[in-house]
Amino acid sequence: MMKTRLISSVVLAMFLAACSSKAVKEEPKAAVEDKSAATATAPKTSEAASTSAVTDQNTSVNPLKDPNNILSKRSVFFDFDKDEVKAEYRPLVEAHAKYLKEHADAKIALQGNADERGSREYNLALGQRRSVAVKKVLNVLGASDKQIETISYGEEKPRCTDKNEACWSQNRRADIVYDGE
Amino acid sequence: MLKKLLSFLTVLLGLASIPAQAALTIEIIGGAAQQIPIAIVPFAQTGNLPDDVASIIGSDLRRSGLFRVLETRGVASQPHTLEEVKYAEWAALQAQAMSIGKIEPQPGGRLKVSFRLLDVLKQNGLTGLEYDISPQQLRQTAHKIADVIYEKLTGEPGVSATRITYITKASKRFVLQVADADGANAQTVLSSAEPIISPTWSPDGTQLAYVSFEKKKPVIFIQSLVSGQRYILANFKGNNSAPAWSPDGKRLAIVLTHGANSQLYLINADGTGLSQLSHSSAIDTEPEWSPDGKWIYFTSDRGGSPQIYRMSTFGSDAQRVTFEGSYNVSPHFSPDGKLLTYVRRDEGKFRVAVQELATGQVQVLSDSAQDESPSFAPNGRLIIYATDVNGKGMLSVVSADGRVKQRLSEAGGDVREPAWGPLVN
Repeated sequence: MMKTRLISSVVLAMFLAACSSKAVKEEPKAAVEDKSAATATAPKTSEAASTSAVTDQNTSVNPLKDPNNILSKRSVFFDFDKDEVKAEYRPLVEAHAKYLKEHADAKIALQGNADERGSREYNLALGQRRSVAVKKVLNVLGASDKQIETISYGEEKPRCTDKNEACWSQNRRADIVYDGE
Repeated sequence: MLKKLLSFLTVLLGLASIPAQAALTIEIIGGAAQQIPIAIVPFAQTGNLPDDVASIIGSDLRRSGLFRVLETRGVASQPHTLEEVKYAEWAALQAQAMSIGKIEPQPGGRLKVSFRLLDVLKQNGLTGLEYDISPQQLRQTAHKIADVIYEKLTGEPGVSATRITYITKASKRFVLQVADADGANAQTVLSSAEPIISPTWSPDGTQLAYVSFEKKKPVIFIQSLVSGQRYILANFKGNNSAPAWSPDGKRLAIVLTHGANSQLYLINADGTGLSQLSHSSAIDTEPEWSPDGKWIYFTSDRGGSPQIYRMSTFGSDAQRVTFEGSYNVSPHFSPDGKLLTYVRRDEGKFRVAVQELATGQVQVLSDSAQDESPSFAPNGRLIIYATDVNGKGMLSVVSADGRVKQRLSEAGGDVREPAWGPLVN
């Protein structure tokens, strides 16, 4: 009796294990392929922006992409575990605030990032706070809330992957990305 | 009934026998001061079997840090039944306990695995079990036998038959995986070109909640490991992250931004009933339920640097929990609610710490520089965490007393964000 019960509980456990391993393989794969197809182009916003800047150079119609225009500069960098927008980035943020004020239909995403040290979730929150810090400055200078979305990639999308301060300092930043870029 | 179940099982296993992902490999460092010397006699068996049961049991026990597994090859007799055991030979090897067993083929390709655990000093049997399994279940059966031995000799449940989840990153793909606690038998739950973070087990071990960036921003999903189906738990404006299950599995604590700073929320497991828990102008993140379900522990920088705080699940005033050091994050409870493990920064190095909540006493358990995401095994004896060795992400397991360490690495990619699943019955 005891033995039968033991065996059946073993069998049940195995049965569950078998179910899960089967499930684990089939469903998600479908989900994955859908997704990668849909998102194949997206993560490269900043690279895309800089490439178009180069091709648009001669026409220089779009101030956002004119390398001689401060509006083509899109990154605000931060100190470790800090979200203060430093004075050196003030002209850059002011220029974008002015542009947003003058172009009421323009919209931006502020993408916050953090270096790889410490917890991923805390870094996600820190990246968010950096994007919020830039948004607050833009708001004060007249850009509307509706024009700005703040999101964070935390430490998940590093621009530089070496493990030293020179590299980490490039990853502690908020990027300004205009809609449609 | 049993027969019907068995044949159903055979069909399922047939379907499920798809090659596994690259396995993690293990390296063990150190050992407990008091280890139980045990001999695992190779099982009697005929023909070729996919796994060596005795060696799996041996390495499971060795990895626990509580056993010294003795070399059995030099012993004259290799018993498989009680009658064949010559206790004096095993006492001479200084074994306190030993196990014997056999694997016998059954009709229909099945196997009968039987084992006995013996007390060498008292010269009597401690326990014995039989399993009727398919050959594919040998490995899991060996883990279960290791857990029976562990529990009989230590009085605590073993965790060899439990599972872990983690994320691998190789050639720009992020893969959410579930594997046996020893890293074998890895299965892909989700593979994505965008980051996946913060996987966490439902208390019954049938679901994972995780954060995926596949929608261009962090969104929380819940996926069944039984059916493979998944649904979005939270996709509100801004970031959705840091899911943590309540002990009863009915609710989750999560983190939302709604365009501003990260704050704690509670939500039902079906995505209804959202309510805001914390209301601060600081970062509040990484919620973790106390095992009694009364408290939410979390990371906040409301005091100027990230520290661990707690508030009641009704949203009372927050109380600070960590006081030493300028950076304490990622709190996770021991199952008995007595210990909290978290990541502490000391002199620029991020290490795993354990705090005894009653006394506030803190012990730093790891000695590398970039340790992350520690969580307890369901018996509270071990802590799994992510570490960095020469620029490569690996998993490490350390005993809660800091004496035994093991590393699990995967060829080819980074491994990160581990979480230990619950006990299986």
